[in-house]
Amino acid sequence: MEKKLPTIEIIEKYCKGCHICVEFCPTKVLEMKGFVASVKNLEACIKCMQCELRCPDFAIKVTP
Amino acid sequence: MSFDYDKYIRPGKLPHIWCPGCGHGIVMKGLIRAIDACGLKKEETAIVSGIGCASRLPGYMDCCTLHTAHGRAAAFATGVKMARPEMNVILVGGDGDGTAIGGNHFIHACRRNINMTYIILNNKIYGMTGGQFSPATPTGAKASTTPYGNPDPAFDIAKLAIGAGATFVARGTAFHANQIDKLITEAIQHKGFSVVEILDDCPTTYGRRNKFKSVVEMMNHLKDIAVPVKAAEKMSPEQLQGKVLTGVLHKEEKPEYTEQYAQVIERAQAAK
Amino acid sequence: MAKKVAFLQGNEAAAQGALYAGCKFFAGYPITPSTEVAEVMSVELPKVGGKFIQMEDEIGAMAALIGGSLAGSKALTSTSGPGLSLKQELIGYACIAEVPCVIVNVMRGGPSTGMPTGPSQSDIMSAKWGTHGDHPAICLVPASVQELYEETIRAFNLAEKYRTPVMIMPDEIVAHMRERIVFAEPGEIEVIDRTAPTVEPSKYKPYDTSFGDVPPLAAFGSGYKFHVTGLNKLPDGFPTTKAEYVQAEEERQVRKVEGNAADIMKWEEYLCDDADIIVVAFGSTSRSARFAVDEARKQGIKAGLFRLITFWPFPEARLLELSKKAKGFITPEMNLGMSHGVVKAAVEGNAPVLGIFRVDGEPINPGQIIDKMKEVK
Repeated sequence: MEKKLPTIEIIEKYCKGCHICVEFCPTKVLEMKGFVASVKNLEACIKCMQCELRCPDFAIKVTP
Repeated sequence: MSFDYDKYIRPGKLPHIWCPGCGHGIVMKGLIRAIDACGLKKEETAIVSGIGCASRLPGYMDCCTLHTAHGRAAAFATGVKMARPEMNVILVGGDGDGTAIGGNHFIHACRRNINMTYIILNNKIYGMTGGQFSPATPTGAKASTTPYGNPDPAFDIAKLAIGAGATFVARGTAFHANQIDKLITEAIQHKGFSVVEILDDCPTTYGRRNKFKSVVEMMNHLKDIAVPVKAAEKMSPEQLQGKVLTGVLHKEEKPEYTEQYAQVIERAQAAK
Repeated sequence: MAKKVAFLQGNEAAAQGALYAGCKFFAGYPITPSTEVAEVMSVELPKVGGKFIQMEDEIGAMAALIGGSLAGSKALTSTSGPGLSLKQELIGYACIAEVPCVIVNVMRGGPSTGMPTGPSQSDIMSAKWGTHGDHPAICLVPASVQELYEETIRAFNLAEKYRTPVMIMPDEIVAHMRERIVFAEPGEIEVIDRTAPTVEPSKYKPYDTSFGDVPPLAAFGSGYKFHVTGLNKLPDGFPTTKAEYVQAEEERQVRKVEGNAADIMKWEEYLCDDADIIVVAFGSTSRSARFAVDEARKQGIKAGLFRLITFWPFPEARLLELSKKAKGFITPEMNLGMSHGVVKAAVEGNAPVLGIFRVDGEPINPGQIIDKMKEVK
């Protein structure tokens, strides 16, 4: 059975590019693309929600 | 499950004004989760602040919000709470606003034990004015007005609150994001004056002057210095050197101010 | 039924006036010579379910006052010179955030600690220029215990009607003298409450000028959610630096008082119609002035008294009119010429304005005023 992938929504106009989500993601799902965060490897997401929890800018919404 | 912060944020107010990597947004999210956990009604909740970066927080919240003058949040809030004790009153502000210019109002709100919750976002600096040292800046640290290192000793804000009579005092950090809402929830549910100090970061005006290379390094520093109160019990004074205790630091039951005043009203009316 | 009569001190009468006006909240800090206002409020407010709080300092008292008013209570504080100076930043806050409140400031000698138990009239400029920035100013200057009682009721009415702080400034003599006072019966004097919004909460804007220059004010906790700030703001209460809004808002805030000056100004003219010499006075000094006018008339000097009851807004138009006939004006006051300058500006050089200035803690006596009348050519 195929694994159900979460959705990680990044609201680009809120993101200020602080790197917190990228650095604190335990499985390196996110990366910086220019000045904003973006999803690099959704497959690796373990739905720990750390990125959403830590984002200071209300820019990340994870739907597991 | 994704948390619906939008329920508590005024439409169209984001993005907020805080700098990249500033932890104030993390604390605001914790506050929102706490308000949600406590089931507070927005129209029955007043969020009061003074002046400074942290004091801009109420403007984003879809509640009764009062952005006052520098240092005066606790005194304005005391007026609101006295006039309408049934309202939930939450104060938000920074270390300079709360403990320097607002220090007198802060200690007296603690002394009265009036049922309000004061969240102090301690980033050790006056951020909005460009990084001058505050009463929470460590000795030796660089600020725009301590170019040769800070000669002043710093307040321990939590101890100050306990000493002044606050009946619930807790400390968390912007790194320990998961704990923030739990501490604030317990503070709101506590009857009396509750203080939650959140150690926060200011990468823009503190970090870059004090050899922090990145936001992430500042966040990791908060992780490194924090020791939960339970863990600290098993540690030696040497091991606790340079560490900061986190969690619920103080909790006691004492008569609450608006209830005490309700008794004044009863006595006055009985004597009439 | 006979009316209730008492022998009251001025400060006590101010407190009684506040209670008549429906004041339910007092925040203050002890300061001579105004403390009796706080003492009476501490006794009386809880009896009517109101709240009294003694704050940690003068600034805290002003802050709590604004908080209490925003939570829906008619709110009073009392202070004196040094306390007024400390309160000034937040008086400006109440002006820009448009929060009704009443400040009793008993005028004592200054500056600084000055003469705490001595009378003065030297805070009238602080009432208008004490806080920084342009802002509306209403200042009432009663001359008797009865008038202090009635003017305190009017101070609340003006604060609530125009959504602004109102200062009532008895000098120490008026505040501490004891006189017979006749209490108003319930309903005898009109009591005005702030206009509450009628729109549904989701549509409410705290500075919505479509309702006129004085927008309705909701109370925190009454079902309305809104933002209040000391920053220049938009009609919805949120900060702005947009030039067109800032200019319009500041002008409206001043206009709501200056544009309604006819409703706010109050003065008494005594024998002014045919007067060659008009004494412009207020507070306890006006009582000496009235005696002096009567004495002068006996001596054949055609003197009159223009007694200010509202100091700000100032009735300059009426004084200008009177100056076209009068040969001279005299401004006796317990300061070094504060009303003198305002009267001089008002009469535009039509007649000389002679001052009697006294800051030694002694009242101005009628003899001084009569002597000065004789200097008018």
